[in-house]
Amino acid sequence: MANTSALEVRNAVKVYGVKPNDVIALNDVSISVENNEFFTLLGPSGCGKTTLLRMIAGFETITQGSIRLFGENIENLPANKRPVNTVFQQYALFPHMTVLQNAAFGLTMLGKSDKEANSVAGRMLEMVQLGGFADRKPGQLSGGQQQRVALARALAPSPKLLLLDEPLSALDLKLRHSMRVELKQIQEEMGITFIFVTHDQEEALTMSDRMAVMSNGELQQIGTGKEIYEQPGNRFVADFIGETNLLSATVESVKGSHATCVIGNNTRLECVVSDAIEAGSSAHISIRPERISLAKSTVSSAGQDTLTGVVSRYVYLGTDTQCKLLLDDGTKINCRVQNAHGSTTDLAVGERASIHIDQGAARLLVN
Amino acid sequence: MAGLPSSTSAKEKPSAGVFDGIAIRLLAPSWLMIGFFLLVPVAMMLVYSFLTKEFRGGVIWEPSLAAYDQFIFDRGLFGDEPPVIEWTYITIFARSIWQAALATVLCLIIGFPTAYFIATRPANTRGVWLFLITIPYWVNLLIRTVSMKFLIRDTGPLNQFLISTGLIDSPIHIVNTNFAVQLGLFYSYLPFMVLPIYAAVERYNFALSEAAFDLYASRWTTLRKILIPVVKPGIIAGCILVFIPSLGAFLAPDLLGGAKTFMIGSLIEEQFKGSAGNWPFGAAASMILLSMVLVVLLFYARQQTRSINGAR
Ligand SMILES: Nc1ncnc2c1ncn2[C@@H]1O[C@H](COP(=O)(O)OP(=O)(O)OP(=O)(O)O)[C@@H](O)[C@H]1O
Ligand SMILES: [Mg+2]
Repeated sequence: MANTSALEVRNAVKVYGVKPNDVIALNDVSISVENNEFFTLLGPSGCGKTTLLRMIAGFETITQGSIRLFGENIENLPANKRPVNTVFQQYALFPHMTVLQNAAFGLTMLGKSDKEANSVAGRMLEMVQLGGFADRKPGQLSGGQQQRVALARALAPSPKLLLLDEPLSALDLKLRHSMRVELKQIQEEMGITFIFVTHDQEEALTMSDRMAVMSNGELQQIGTGKEIYEQPGNRFVADFIGETNLLSATVESVKGSHATCVIGNNTRLECVVSDAIEAGSSAHISIRPERISLAKSTVSSAGQDTLTGVVSRYVYLGTDTQCKLLLDDGTKINCRVQNAHGSTTDLAVGERASIHIDQGAARLLVN
Repeated sequence: MAGLPSSTSAKEKPSAGVFDGIAIRLLAPSWLMIGFFLLVPVAMMLVYSFLTKEFRGGVIWEPSLAAYDQFIFDRGLFGDEPPVIEWTYITIFARSIWQAALATVLCLIIGFPTAYFIATRPANTRGVWLFLITIPYWVNLLIRTVSMKFLIRDTGPLNQFLISTGLIDSPIHIVNTNFAVQLGLFYSYLPFMVLPIYAAVERYNFALSEAAFDLYASRWTTLRKILIPVVKPGIIAGCILVFIPSLGAFLAPDLLGGAKTFMIGSLIEEQFKGSAGNWPFGAAASMILLSMVLVVLLFYARQQTRSINGAR
């Protein structure tokens, strides 16, 4: 067991409907989730996150591919035979049962005695801080409390895998933030593998050990938050996670993991490149706004990595300042300067400024 | 949990406030209709049931308990023997309750799957199915019941068909049996079962079934422990809507049944028909029927308030 992943989805394809009106919701998606991992599926609306999750839960059939849970094929098991539980987006609590009955439902269905089921369910309710609410009906709870009941209910049977489909999206901002911390804590305490679906990148970054970025039914990149933010694999990921400057460029020369590119009017830029690319081809460069620093410009410098332009927008945002710049070659650049450094030069719209791009911050993206 | 109120806010019904006055005025026509066409006749029946019968129909304005007495006791032909319990009418009532209950169960067994089927069709085709259910109601109940009799009589199409296929040699006697009455009641009131259950299932959140299935319940357990309890108000409404009119029905028992299937509705109807009737007795029987119906409705109301206070 040591080397088997908790979950392994291989080449999953999901097609809804029949030929002329079919929708390809998932196209050749493979993910592998380690035991005890907090794994997030992240992507814009309609990219197939729910479809993938429902396929793992057993609510949707898989058109092609395989799903393994700790080495065992489960794609042909019905949902009630899979040791996987789901926290539903709209909670789906049983309205005619008390909170305790809800939490004990799974255990009862597994054939546990009422006494045992109720005692485990009671402990779960304590864990989600709802110990005193056992006898209420779900209709008498607030949204956040219902959310916790749903969590307790799904955790009570100790599933091998817990699936959560945007569980926080119905909560208000403050509650959402505190639930993030709590969810992560519970996951670590219980040692259960979580697969968490969200379209909120901040949520994904705060909680996940690793995440998979999806778009249009296809997997874009898998990695830790840091990897995905700092080394986006393609234009979609760079743009979807955080803010970025995407500049069209022509590759002039490639040397190992470095490439020299030309942007705009013959401005040369040194970039990091991770995919194979040939000189002469065109690609995009991604630069995170906070990796660019600004200085008042007196001369128009032609040195490498230093570009000059005119400030077109300058907005103070508290912790940082946002600045939009129109470079001399017509390229628009967005940068964010931390105010904490005390190094900010006060600039005004219309003034000339030069920018400096941090070492390794410009990344060449082939796709 | 920080930032989380520990007590839930009471779910209060918003008061209509300034609209109260308007609401009362808008309701006035309905109140007048109900008052005039429902309460007045019921009050008349109540009064009649305590009057003395006129032999050619009608009443004599002389207070009397004779009608109720006649319902329960037998005092001999001239009313001078010691009273013994008169079982005739009690039997008719008991039989009616039994028939109505049976019809309700039959409607439920057929109506629930039907309602479930319609409610789980794609939203754009549900209307068509509901429309199909209501089509028979464009024809008067009397005509439908008579055509039913035509269909099931010994020389009717059903028997002819069965004989022609060689399944049976001689016609099955259906008319004038309990079964025929059941068939008639079932046919008359099925939609009253289907519609409220449909409304409940349509509002049902199928994620609940998924959640139960996800938590290791079988499909059968999911149906029994989740779907049925959640749509129970609809089921109870359907049962009441079938049971009550079945209890007082007289067309189906009269036309399809025989002497052995005589029901309350027919008993009451006879008392007001022609010169052989007995108005106070008919009125008393109606009042007894009405009080039984009220008991059922009270039970329903209690169920409803409980499910409102509890589940939702
Ligand atoms: N039952 C279905 N029949 C046909 N198409 C479907 C069905 N369910 C989903 N789809 C389609 O599959 C695609 C993926 O849907 P899915 O619900 O997985 O997206 P999602 O990533 O969860 O989006 P969201 O963030 O909005 O929840 C969408 O294009 C959707 O229209
Ligand atoms: Mg979704």
